Amino acid sequence: MTTDTLTRLTPDTVTEADLTAFIYREARLLDELAYEDWLKLYAQDAHYWMPAEWQQTDPRLQASLMYEDMLLLRIRVERLAGARTFSQKPKSRSQHLLQAPQVDEMNPAANLFRTWTSFHYVETRGDEKEFFAGWAKHEIRVEEGALKIALKRVDLLNFDAPFGNIQLFM
Amino acid sequence: MSKYASNPDAIRALVHPEEVHRDVYTSPEVFALEMKHLFANTWVYVGHASQIPEKGDYITTEIGDQPVLVVRHTDMSVHVLYNRCPHKGVKIASEACGNTGKFFRCPYHAWSFRTNGNLLAIPLKKGYENTGLENTDAVKGLAPVANVKIYREFIFARLNDTGESFEAFFGDSLSSIDNMIDRSPEGKLVLEGAPLRYMHNCNWKMLVENQTDTCHPMVAHESSAGTAVSVWEKEQAKGGPKPMAVEVYAPFMAPYEFFEGMGIRVWPHGHGHTGVTTSIHADYSAVPGYFDQMVEAYGEERARAILGENRHNTVYFPHIMIKGPIQTMRVFRPLAADRTLVESYTFRLVGAPDMLFERTLMYNRLINAPTSIVGHDDLEVYERAQKGLASDALEWVNVQRLYEPGERHDVTETANGTSERQMRNQFAAWVHYMTLDMAEPARVEAAE
Ligand code: FES
Ligand SMILES: [Fe+2]
Repeated sequence: MTTDTLTRLTPDTVTEADLTAFIYREARLLDELAYEDWLKLYAQDAHYWMPAEWQQTDPRLQASLMYEDMLLLRIRVERLAGARTFSQKPKSRSQHLLQAPQVDEMNPAANLFRTWTSFHYVETRGDEKEFFAGWAKHEIRVEEGALKIALKRVDLLNFDAPFGNIQLFM
Repeated sequence: MSKYASNPDAIRALVHPEEVHRDVYTSPEVFALEMKHLFANTWVYVGHASQIPEKGDYITTEIGDQPVLVVRHTDMSVHVLYNRCPHKGVKIASEACGNTGKFFRCPYHAWSFRTNGNLLAIPLKKGYENTGLENTDAVKGLAPVANVKIYREFIFARLNDTGESFEAFFGDSLSSIDNMIDRSPEGKLVLEGAPLRYMHNCNWKMLVENQTDTCHPMVAHESSAGTAVSVWEKEQAKGGPKPMAVEVYAPFMAPYEFFEGMGIRVWPHGHGHTGVTTSIHADYSAVPGYFDQMVEAYGEERARAILGENRHNTVYFPHIMIKGPIQTMRVFRPLAADRTLVESYTFRLVGAPDMLFERTLMYNRLINAPTSIVGHDDLEVYERAQKGLASDALEWVNVQRLYEPGERHDVTETANGTSERQMRNQFAAWVHYMTLDMAEPARVEAAE
């Protein structure tokens, strides 16, 4: 899908194929470490949520590993590029392996599209390689002719396990 | 080859007044002795009573390397028991928490135990007739941990009978627990929210020391807190109030003078806290309605005194830290000389507005999570320290900042906030509890 097609979207013209391509594109931008472009996939009021509890319903009054608005995501992205970010010397890299995203809701009337994607994720740094598995749920809407993520929820298979540093984005 | 076991003099030689030998962090033998002596001779936090409100509720944890379970008995008393079947050693409870009903049942041969540990039943008991089973330890049930003390719902236990009473061990340091509880208008805390679990490939004492290391934030956390401040400064132009997250991040970039001025207090037996006059939590925005609730509960003067207490990090030797003003607690669980599990817990102030708990949870995930960028800074330097200590260039680690000859460790005193005095305080206690029950070598009688 080209940016051209994206910018011509309206809620009524969104197809399942558009959503699937969008999810793959997000993962690819992350794996290419193209974080500035990645942030552009998110709406201004978006959140990135990684629960710390099983079947968690509330990001505010239950514990989470991440519950970040755009300000916090921007801080992360700027930090990754910082000269004194010692935990990124050497730098981390990531790889996403996505199962075909499933479209759970097509609701053009409400301008709301929901997808469910099972994934494997690998993050490496120096000689270390960490493997994670889980499910990403996206809430997507159309803004100014383009798809935008309103909420990305990442449920790790072993959300309650003791992890070392998880520095990039799943 | 054993260098330190049964050799209290060798242990004592590891700690000088202003420096510490690297073996304290790197030697597997020293680690094993910490498990055997240090953690057995001190009052160790094992859980909070709000985690086990009902009969049969239990949590599992460790005291050093000893698996224990903490359980609410049918008469509502709390028991701390070794998590080990007296038959063939099977761990009785395997989950972090649960409810066992009226009894524990071992999964191997179904011996069962009351929730106070007493043996309840053995299947096919006939097979033990005339074997003398009644004269064994096995028949006594799940072995209890000898010394248990519940202080305002914080449960502590000590394996050995050696050492001070609970009150003498903690003394005035309990004022930090008091202050955290008093921040609830109802004088009650509930441990709530999943603990964030963070694995650290470094020695547990590096973490404990770091709790009162006020010279590192503006250096190590420039990348996280510093970036947060600079991104926010650009955002600010758009207007709007300072977000809660920025209030949480920004004080980590406070200058040296701030940390110098806030002070450190040391207590006997290795306890101490940063934040005597002010702290990184002092300037959070008021939560609507909360102060009025506190005034109603305590009267204005007392409410101001409670909320004006600005403790930053309180270390309870050997292995926990609490932050009263933000209601979090970190437990540093030693797994090996170079491996530590950090569990970060959150408390809800009963009766207080939800927004306070929201801030507590936010603090925990922004600062203490494996996904926390502030945590990334700290873990990076600990792991580099663990690796750097392999260097033979120097054998000693320096903790000399603002050291004064003749410094005492059996007193309550305050010092400059950037002093490494609390680290020295901890090491004095470390030597004491490591050697407290070690056999002293026979000494040649000095002719007097
Ligand atoms: S080991 Fe527990 S009943 Fe046999
Ligand atoms: Fe730190």
